[in-house]
Amino acid sequence: MIEVKDLRKSFDEREVLKGISATFEEGKTNLIIGQSGSGKTVLLKNLVGLIRPTNGEILYDNRDLTKMAGEELKSLRQEMGMIFQGSALFDAKTVFENVYFPLEMFSKISKEDKIKRAEFCLERVNLKDAGHLYPSEISGGMMKRAAIARAIALNPKYLFCDEPNSGLDPQTSLVIDDLIHDITKEYNITTVINTHDMNSVMNIGEKILFIKEGSLEWTGTSKDIMSSTNEALNRFVFASDLFKKVKQAEMKEATAQHQKPTTNQI
Amino acid sequence: MFLSTFFEKLGQYVLLMSKVFTKPQKWSVFFRQFVQEINKLGVGSIGIVILISFFIGAVIVVQIKLNIDNPIMPRWTVGYVSREIILLEFSSSIMFLILAGKVGSNIASEIGTIRITEQIDALEIMGVNSANYLILPKTLALMVFTPVLVTFSIFAGVVGGFVVAGIGHIMPVADLEFGFQSFFKPFYVWYAIIKSIFFAYIVATVASYYGYYARGGSLDVGKASTNSVVMSSILILASDLVITQLMMG
Repeated sequence: MIEVKDLRKSFDEREVLKGISATFEEGKTNLIIGQSGSGKTVLLKNLVGLIRPTNGEILYDNRDLTKMAGEELKSLRQEMGMIFQGSALFDAKTVFENVYFPLEMFSKISKEDKIKRAEFCLERVNLKDAGHLYPSEISGGMMKRAAIARAIALNPKYLFCDEPNSGLDPQTSLVIDDLIHDITKEYNITTVINTHDMNSVMNIGEKILFIKEGSLEWTGTSKDIMSSTNEALNRFVFASDLFKKVKQAEMKEATAQHQKPTTNQI
Repeated sequence: MFLSTFFEKLGQYVLLMSKVFTKPQKWSVFFRQFVQEINKLGVGSIGIVILISFFIGAVIVVQIKLNIDNPIMPRWTVGYVSREIILLEFSSSIMFLILAGKVGSNIASEIGTIRITEQIDALEIMGVNSANYLILPKTLALMVFTPVLVTFSIFAGVVGGFVVAGIGHIMPVADLEFGFQSFFKPFYVWYAIIKSIFFAYIVATVASYYGYYARGGSLDVGKASTNSVVMSSILILASDLVITQLMMG
């Protein structure tokens, strides 16, 4: 579990994160949603330690990331996996070498076991036959899957995904969503996903955090969104056609049920 | 304003170097990269070093011959002066000004692209010291391979001089050869090599610095690459003066 307490981040005079307190639960897909410029990426970068917060605590199972340095921070980072918006695969290495890399650097198992583990991870994301290809030779969806394989190579306790579906078609997005969701459940990982994709919110959003102008505006599940009265959230979410239709369908159903005569009335 | 920017960048460079010059996290990975970089930055530069040195060596001989041609001047003076120019300045300083363009821009654009495609962030999140992993093998590879490049450059320059003297009938080859061998001080070879190792350090680390802190998109990577070449060239020329004073003064 990751707990964030009164997290603040300023760049010069501009405060981007304004005291966010939230919990990211273990074994669940925690989605951060919000408009562009709302501070989602800054929050995610703070969570993984790429940016140091101005104030606040980031507790990884009660270990405060903000107070860590050197070896302690390195060892915590080996418990993290991250999938970047652009995949961030090492383009001088093949897909297999990308997945093998964290194992080579940090795993203490034998070379044969490392190879087996890398092959297993590739198989897990259905990329067994693409191991010999370079990132420039594969599609965007395959790159995302390779990034997932690399992220899970060291059995992370925490998985972070920055816009995992950006640039992908809806069908491939579903595959990526399902993969992230399944891996979260399979390994009981604390997964934090930064997304704009409302399909992802519907499909895998077990806990949703809505950020508005650097503050945590709303927290709940994808079902709660439908009944939420938060205006900012409704404006953001129902800008999506999908959610609009789902909401309309739900309202229709509710009206029909309301109008339907009960047995007593008959 | 200028001074504060200068000191800010200097501080950033020093901090980066303190991350670079640490023990590699995995020696086997480091040695593999080191060999790859020797091949890419060092062996890959031999061709251009030989080509440029050959022609410049030839031009130096022609120029010296044309400019100091005088009945009271011994004919071997052309060989002597040409050798000193090749050895003391061309094969070290001028060669590294050229390598700042070839190798430096390559390093800056490579690391800059790695930066803007978030590969450095990916390394950091894995717990890898990205500065050490990316910059140390390049820097050491270039420094270690520099004596080879300087040797090739001196050799090619001398050969260029002989070829232009012989084929171009500029002057008798025997006179040139006598001049090349006259008053030879082996220390000058060491001087050229030692100086070049410093220049190799400047080219590799300055280019890495600009690449590592590149921000934005492809245009910014191009800018970082250009800035690295300009700054490396300035630093090479300035340090040339200091090293020459220290070693020859």
